[in-house]
Amino acid sequence: MTGPAGNDGSGSSMGVFASSMLFSLGLTLVFTLVANLLPQVQGDAPVEKKVDLGSLTMDDFVALGENLFMNKGTCTLCHKPPPLGRAPDIQGENLVEVARQRLADPRYKGKATNAEEYIHESMVDPSAYVVAGWGKKGSNDTESPMPHIDKPPIQLSPMEIDAIIAWLEAKDGNEVTVELPTAEASAQVAAAAAPAAGPPAPAATGEEAVRKYGCQACHALLGSTASLGPSLEDVGARLTPEQIRQSIIDPNAVIADGFTPDVMPPDFADRMTVKELEMIVRLLAEKKP
Amino acid sequence: MMGPGRGYRRMGRAGRGSVWSAGGRWPYLLLALMLLAAVPAMAAGTTDGLSVEERIAPIGRVQVEGGPEVAPSFGEAVRAEPEPPLAAPQPQRKDYPDIGISSRAVVWVVAQMHLFFGALVLAVPLFVLVIELTGVLTRDERYDDMAHEFMKISLVGFSITAIIGGTLALALFMLYPDFMAYMMRVFRVQWLWYALLFFVESFFLYTYYYGWNALRYGNRKWVHLTLGLLLNGAGMTIMVLANSWATFMMAPSGVSETGAVTGTVWEAMKGPLWNPINLHRFIANIGFGGAVVGAYAAFKFLSTRDPKLRAHYDWMGYTSNFIAILAFLPLPFAGYWLMAEIYAYSQQMGITAMGGILAWLFIVQAVLIGTILLAGNFYLWSGMSRTEGSVRYQWLVKYIAAILVICFLTWMTPHTLILSAKEIATLGGSHHRILGPLGIMPAKNIAVNLMLVVTFLSFQIYRRSDKVATVSWAPVGNAFMVAIYIVAMANIVFAGVYYGYFTNTVYKVGSSVLQVASTLVVIVSGLTIDGFMYKGAKKLPSHWGRVSNRSQYALFALPIAFTWLMGLMGYVRSSVKTYWHVYTIMKDNSPDNFIPTIGYAGNMITLVTVLFVLFVLFMFWIANLSGTRQPRPAATGVEGGAT
Repeated sequence: MTGPAGNDGSGSSMGVFASSMLFSLGLTLVFTLVANLLPQVQGDAPVEKKVDLGSLTMDDFVALGENLFMNKGTCTLCHKPPPLGRAPDIQGENLVEVARQRLADPRYKGKATNAEEYIHESMVDPSAYVVAGWGKKGSNDTESPMPHIDKPPIQLSPMEIDAIIAWLEAKDGNEVTVELPTAEASAQVAAAAAPAAGPPAPAATGEEAVRKYGCQACHALLGSTASLGPSLEDVGARLTPEQIRQSIIDPNAVIADGFTPDVMPPDFADRMTVKELEMIVRLLAEKKP
Repeated sequence: MMGPGRGYRRMGRAGRGSVWSAGGRWPYLLLALMLLAAVPAMAAGTTDGLSVEERIAPIGRVQVEGGPEVAPSFGEAVRAEPEPPLAAPQPQRKDYPDIGISSRAVVWVVAQMHLFFGALVLAVPLFVLVIELTGVLTRDERYDDMAHEFMKISLVGFSITAIIGGTLALALFMLYPDFMAYMMRVFRVQWLWYALLFFVESFFLYTYYYGWNALRYGNRKWVHLTLGLLLNGAGMTIMVLANSWATFMMAPSGVSETGAVTGTVWEAMKGPLWNPINLHRFIANIGFGGAVVGAYAAFKFLSTRDPKLRAHYDWMGYTSNFIAILAFLPLPFAGYWLMAEIYAYSQQMGITAMGGILAWLFIVQAVLIGTILLAGNFYLWSGMSRTEGSVRYQWLVKYIAAILVICFLTWMTPHTLILSAKEIATLGGSHHRILGPLGIMPAKNIAVNLMLVVTFLSFQIYRRSDKVATVSWAPVGNAFMVAIYIVAMANIVFAGVYYGYFTNTVYKVGSSVLQVASTLVVIVSGLTIDGFMYKGAKKLPSHWGRVSNRSQYALFALPIAFTWLMGLMGYVRSSVKTYWHVYTIMKDNSPDNFIPTIGYAGNMITLVTVLFVLFVLFMFWIANLSGTRQPRPAATGVEGGAT
């Protein structure tokens, strides 16, 4: 391809190849070095934290709110002190005071009647009231650029939103008006959210399956003394496994003496997995006095 | 292949033959009787009390010929509530296959390699077509030969792109099955069109390349140019289709909040970021392609002592650098549009990229773009040695170099550093009093715009080096040009300082439009004024090949920096989605659902860049192999008959 190295600086192919490769690799390593010299920050996905509601104090709740504001809520991306902020500097102002002024503003058309409701509204419906100068470009301050924080990608839970409100109220010495979450309220939220979360996990044991489908609510079983249906504590002595299975799949096929038909829900077979059904049958078949 | 109709006809003939051969007519009589029996029933239109329509209705659309259309009846069960739309899958960690190494790292390497080669083979035919057309218009066959050589050296790149693309698809389906199933559901038939386009592109590629000499002159040349145009059309369509997947992942459209497909494929494609990415990649590909073939020219230039070949490869290198830098100049503006659209779509996503944990990345970006601009400028200054006329402009070079270096340093100055308590106390705060303000965007905008303006100045004085304007208004034209430079640079500095430091964020962003406009005014007016002023200008002697060997290393620096920069931008584009496969719709629950550190990303990018360089060397080697012919062995022994 080429001649031998010349006096003009041109070289053999191998020589040029070696020098150009060395130069290229050297340059690549410079870029790599720069990247490695900078502060190394890893952006972790938010980790779901379990909160022990039984021992939760208001101070804990406020601290949780601050943590959410700084991290998972990503609020500080925009809510910074001027001139860096892209939204009002709510860390630097008494938001409860500010909220009262906003509610008194004739421009306010939202539904809130107090500071807590106003803060909540501004998080889940940011365009309800847009602070002058902070609206989306061209919207004349009628549309907020802020995302709805109860929706993806931030998607805070109602409890997390309350925690942030608690911190925003507490940080300037205001009275915290939100209530501490209770286990019952949390369970209600979880129950309401359950259908969206898909079918519940299958039970692992016969006892678990019995509790999952609430058999003991009507039958005397696993310590229950309920008598709406026949006692199942000795059912293994009265019925064969086939008959037990049939009683679950088709409750009205055979009605025990003294009990009325159409009381037991007929849809257990649809709701149970095959394995759950078999585990319950096995458990009950072993119930002998 | 025998169709059913023919089959039946054959069977019919066979049946007839057997009837006749049997000599009996009883089967026909039996058939006639059956028909007679059926006629009354048909006339009445009923069987078992049911009409014909009623009997055939359940099986669908069958109807009596000429009769009224039968409305299908599906019964109560089927008329139930419509199925809710299918939401995007939400895979859990256990749903991701574990192959012992990071799935993301595997996909990262393969995807980036595919993008590098895809960019190269889409870009080369673009500027090859322009160079070929230049050859036709100027009647200078050197352009035609150079265009052909560019195609030759990138030809193997098409196969490499396809092979790596296939590997990428397999890797994605294997490592991210739920995600890919969802993407298949969203883009449906578009995948088949995508595959079909490869056949179309291959057809035009091979006819364009192998038909080069057969379609070289006259009308045939126009046929050849048309083939080139169609090749580019197919290539661009492939690119924009593939872009739509990436932009759908960043800003989904055509689907509901849960990811259920609600719109057409077109609606899924035309998300808010699609066109900004299309434009950005289109321009960047050209710059990247120009830089890669420039390295080829530099290597060939350095490897030869033949003055003719050196002249040829010097010219080829210059043209490549010209393409790379020309494409590079508008790239920040396309990037600006993309970022503006990202902010408009999601301010949170925009800030994650520019002000969040990815902000450090822009320091590395500054180093890379600074390298590109310094290398490009250095090459132009070195190239001025080709002509004696350049002495008129040499004095400007030191000022341009000073501005470039100052701006480069400003651009890479960080705003905040992770400091110890003692360092904070020494500094008097978390930001340095003087250097701190240089860390924020307004300072960067001033720096980058000034760098672009002076790079254009380098280009302009290089172009003027071998010419002397002969028009009478040349002094006025020059004065006007100088005035434009001064006003534009003053405007860039003023807009950056005033709006950037003395007003709020909204105006700060708006000021960059003023700065970009100033830069564009310099470029457009410079090209226009020189176009008129140097029309019929006196040409000074220019010597291709008379350029230092050192200058050629700038042509190696360009593709390395471009490649690394593309890798870095891929990292930020993918990372702004944070822990989502499809932003706000499908969460990434894989073990790699975090944004890796800039150091890790840097190591990955270096790995891919080195791999790319090795593959490109292979591509060039193959291209040269086709022109190598083994000499016939010298005649020896019995075969030669010398005994």
